[in-house]
Amino acid sequence: MRLLTVIALDGLAYASWLFLVSAGLTFTYGVLRVLNLAHGNLYALGAYLGATLVLRYAAGGSTVALGYGLLLLGAVVIGIVAGPLIERLFLRRVYDKDEEVQLLLTFSISLILEDVVKLTWGVSPIFADAPYTALGRVSLGGINYAWYPFLLTAIALAVGALLWLVVTRTRLGKVLQAVITDREVSLTLGINVPRVYTWAFTVGAVLAALGGAYTAPMFSLVPGVGAEVLVTSFAVIAIGGLGSIGGAALGALIVGMARSAAVYLFPELDLFAIYFMMALVLLFRPQGLFGEIEMRRI
Amino acid sequence: MVRYPNVIASLIAVFGFCGLAAAARAAPVAGAPAELKIGVVAFLSGPASGPFGIPSRNAAQLWIDKINSEGGIGGVKVVPVFTDEAGPADKVVTEFRRLALDEKVSAVMGYISSANCLAVPPVADELKVLTVLSDCGTDRVFEEGKHPYVFRTHAHTVIDGVGAARYVLSVNPKVKTIAGINQDYAWGRDSWEVFQRSIRKLKPDVQVVDALWPKIFAGEYSTEISKLLVNKPDVVFTSFWGGDLVTFSGQAKARGLLEETTVVVNNTGADIKDLAPGMLIGSRGPHGIVSPDMEKNPLRKQFIDLYRQKHGLAANNYIAHGAYHYLQALQGLRTAYEKAIKAAGRWPTPEQVAAAFKRLEFDTPSGRIAMAIGDGHQAVEPAGYAVIKFDPGLGVNTFADIRMFSARCVNPPDGVKSLDWIDRGFPGAQCP
Repeated sequence: MRLLTVIALDGLAYASWLFLVSAGLTFTYGVLRVLNLAHGNLYALGAYLGATLVLRYAAGGSTVALGYGLLLLGAVVIGIVAGPLIERLFLRRVYDKDEEVQLLLTFSISLILEDVVKLTWGVSPIFADAPYTALGRVSLGGINYAWYPFLLTAIALAVGALLWLVVTRTRLGKVLQAVITDREVSLTLGINVPRVYTWAFTVGAVLAALGGAYTAPMFSLVPGVGAEVLVTSFAVIAIGGLGSIGGAALGALIVGMARSAAVYLFPELDLFAIYFMMALVLLFRPQGLFGEIEMRRI
Repeated sequence: MVRYPNVIASLIAVFGFCGLAAAARAAPVAGAPAELKIGVVAFLSGPASGPFGIPSRNAAQLWIDKINSEGGIGGVKVVPVFTDEAGPADKVVTEFRRLALDEKVSAVMGYISSANCLAVPPVADELKVLTVLSDCGTDRVFEEGKHPYVFRTHAHTVIDGVGAARYVLSVNPKVKTIAGINQDYAWGRDSWEVFQRSIRKLKPDVQVVDALWPKIFAGEYSTEISKLLVNKPDVVFTSFWGGDLVTFSGQAKARGLLEETTVVVNNTGADIKDLAPGMLIGSRGPHGIVSPDMEKNPLRKQFIDLYRQKHGLAANNYIAHGAYHYLQALQGLRTAYEKAIKAAGRWPTPEQVAAAFKRLEFDTPSGRIAMAIGDGHQAVEPAGYAVIKFDPGLGVNTFADIRMFSARCVNPPDGVKSLDWIDRGFPGAQCP
């Protein structure tokens, strides 16, 4: 029982992190139908800016509480600056191009952004752990846990709920769904589709940066920090179904629990467990758990 | 009125200085090229660039500038061609061929990844290009093959694992249980194998209670730390480096792992200012602040001064061990060339330089290096271990309880494979 509890707690912490990163990736794909390989770099930019703000204004003492707000600020700034810039300058030109062209473009942006990080912050590791350590720890089942990962779980739940509410309960959500379902018909209905695309990409960018900013206090930031998590996020959204927020949540939980169980029971299979779950799901549902089979349009 | 005596004195001084400068740069020997092009390979991008690649590149550049200001090698100016090591091994091999065939370098130095140190030597031999491996850890390069054109001027990773085992037992002789958390690739696997075999050979009742293999750059170790807290081993060994090491250290400290167990790291692949005090750490050789007696080494002082001027340093003078290793490669190459020039009486062929390099001894900022094993192609070094401790005076972490294990204590004798040496109980080891 104790083993199950620790597996569940660790799995949940890992899943929360993965969901925060995957949500923006799958949201962007859902609306724009572009798989953004620069998502990990937006994550990294959010992490670096968040960590920089924390180190400068909330590194310790009475200012630590300010750090949690600064992380949010860092994420929003990155998202609303980089999002519209990338969408309007680059992505807009390739919506009607082949997927290969889109992937090459976002990969190029990814390389440029990695250099932007290096030029701005250098290559020495940056570690802004004050928000992580300030929350202290709690003993659960005789094991010390840091409180901070549970804050990530709360943020992940809030992000998931907010996205779900916006998409299913607001007029904006209806517009989004219309654009997702049929771009051409949406245009004829008078929807400003290019603006919706800019807005959607910006939301995706903010989510990427948010994931980065709030995980920054747990990690040492080094060049390439976004690349690894991006790969695992692909597994998450492949399991959940490309474009599905609910799918990303379920995918993150499956990957988180599988990895956690593997570390406890078969540590040699740590990495294998993630991709085994992905293979298993794709074997029976190639479109992912919540994905829809796309009809070929003539 | 012009004061002629002063003008004449100035002219004498200027010409005298020029004469001295010309004397410092000796005339190139017969057959010397216009310049000595050396390929310098290091991670210039990706996660290994920060902790290893960039400091190594910086160190190599400033040391080459120093060599050139002293007259170059054999009177010939050294010109580095820097190349990024990032990418899969086949790309790195292609880059090596480009350096040899297109850039026409006389020698190549570098390589931080063990995978690249295994991939490059056969091609170096094929193209007959003198190659100095500069920072990788694998012990397999010269234990599994002969490479006449390849040398390694720092010790392989066996010193790190054997040193860790000896140091752990010296600070805690009652160790009963150990666990490992290492990145799931060659460096992590090799490091753990050497450590766990060594400590179990030195103290046969030690039990391995866990071996965890997170993916390299995983960045999140909550689950692994939970499991270590459940199993409560006396000692946790890790070969993490760079961001992974800093992240693990921070997460382990926050969750009280360092209060429950002794954590030992086999390398200083991250700045110790970012690591948790209380951790035991090895410096992959007698580099930097782990070796206080090195204060007497003028080359070390010169290196630290040059590095501080050019790139800045913290109060503890920490420079990544990769930087020291790259200087060892340069000093080895320089000494081998000078010895070969002296023997040949003219500019030497790669074969003559390789012959001079074999079993060479030379001075470096890390002390005197001996190419003592691997049939004279592999250097040995002492292993330095210490405890990380916050120094309130300096305002930054530094080392305490420093202990050096001599090269003869932590390296296998020439011709003996490392793991066989450990399994046979370290025959020939001379430890204090």
